[in-house]
Amino acid sequence: MSIDWASFTPWHALGGGALIGLAAAVLWLGLGRIAGISGIAGGLASFTASGGDRAWRVLFVAGLVGGAGIVHLATGGLFEIRTGYPLWLLLPGAFLVGLGTRMGSGCTSGHGVCGIARFSVRGLAATVTFMATAFVTVFFVRHFFGPGGVA
Amino acid sequence: MKSLIALVAGGLFGAGLYVAMMADPDKVLAFLDLAGAWDPSLALVMVGAIAVSAVGFAVSRRMTTSLGGSSFAWPGLERPDLKLLGGAALFGVGWGMTGYCPGPGFAALAVNPAEAVYYLAAMVMGMLVWDRGLSRP
Repeated sequence: MSIDWASFTPWHALGGGALIGLAAAVLWLGLGRIAGISGIAGGLASFTASGGDRAWRVLFVAGLVGGAGIVHLATGGLFEIRTGYPLWLLLPGAFLVGLGTRMGSGCTSGHGVCGIARFSVRGLAATVTFMATAFVTVFFVRHFFGPGGVA
Repeated sequence: MKSLIALVAGGLFGAGLYVAMMADPDKVLAFLDLAGAWDPSLALVMVGAIAVSAVGFAVSRRMTTSLGGSSFAWPGLERPDLKLLGGAALFGVGWGMTGYCPGPGFAALAVNPAEAVYYLAAMVMGMLVWDRGLSRP
């Protein structure tokens, strides 16, 4: 391992993280809901959430897209947009994200942030598990085949 | 009021994802690539997010209902099981293949829509396969 200090952005990371934590606290204290994106989106996608339970989900997701878009425009872009990423990685990978987060009842936000912040054993166990398989997956994709395979 | 809370929370979340640069899948993959030129930034996103939200969860333990009036939807299960760990394992593989977890996948609609539409369509398919298929006995 070598640490890429030139790409290290600690203040953006801490500041952005604090905003994410604030968002989770606002949704929890305001509506009593966990800010877990896969759960919020899954309830919409699968129509398991109905009536008034749909409205706040739609607004949260709309706010998320809008919030990211506003900062994107206001800053003029903090990073390069990725282009040409192979669909043979993107499509099956995204499918596994959808399947796995519904099967495992959460993703980075619900387990990794909210779960750990409320000292949930399930949240911690899920986070350790998905971090581990993500590290292993990126190792194989980047260093054996696929984009960046030259690294 | 409830609508405003949901919209503001979503807005803060999306802004946070962008500022933290989690909406950049290349940066996410650089964090997940321990064997390459490792960018440790995203570990600090977790630190910042957990530190602030933990205050919210701690405060709520002294409240009977949320400010909007509805009760707190505390997740019911507390013990890990195979479904939790198996699902988390599959999710991690998908995250590593794409560089997007669900939140940044939605944020990408505003940042990189050409990629986001493919990602979100396939993600929703996976959700439906579980919710409408495999999860049923």
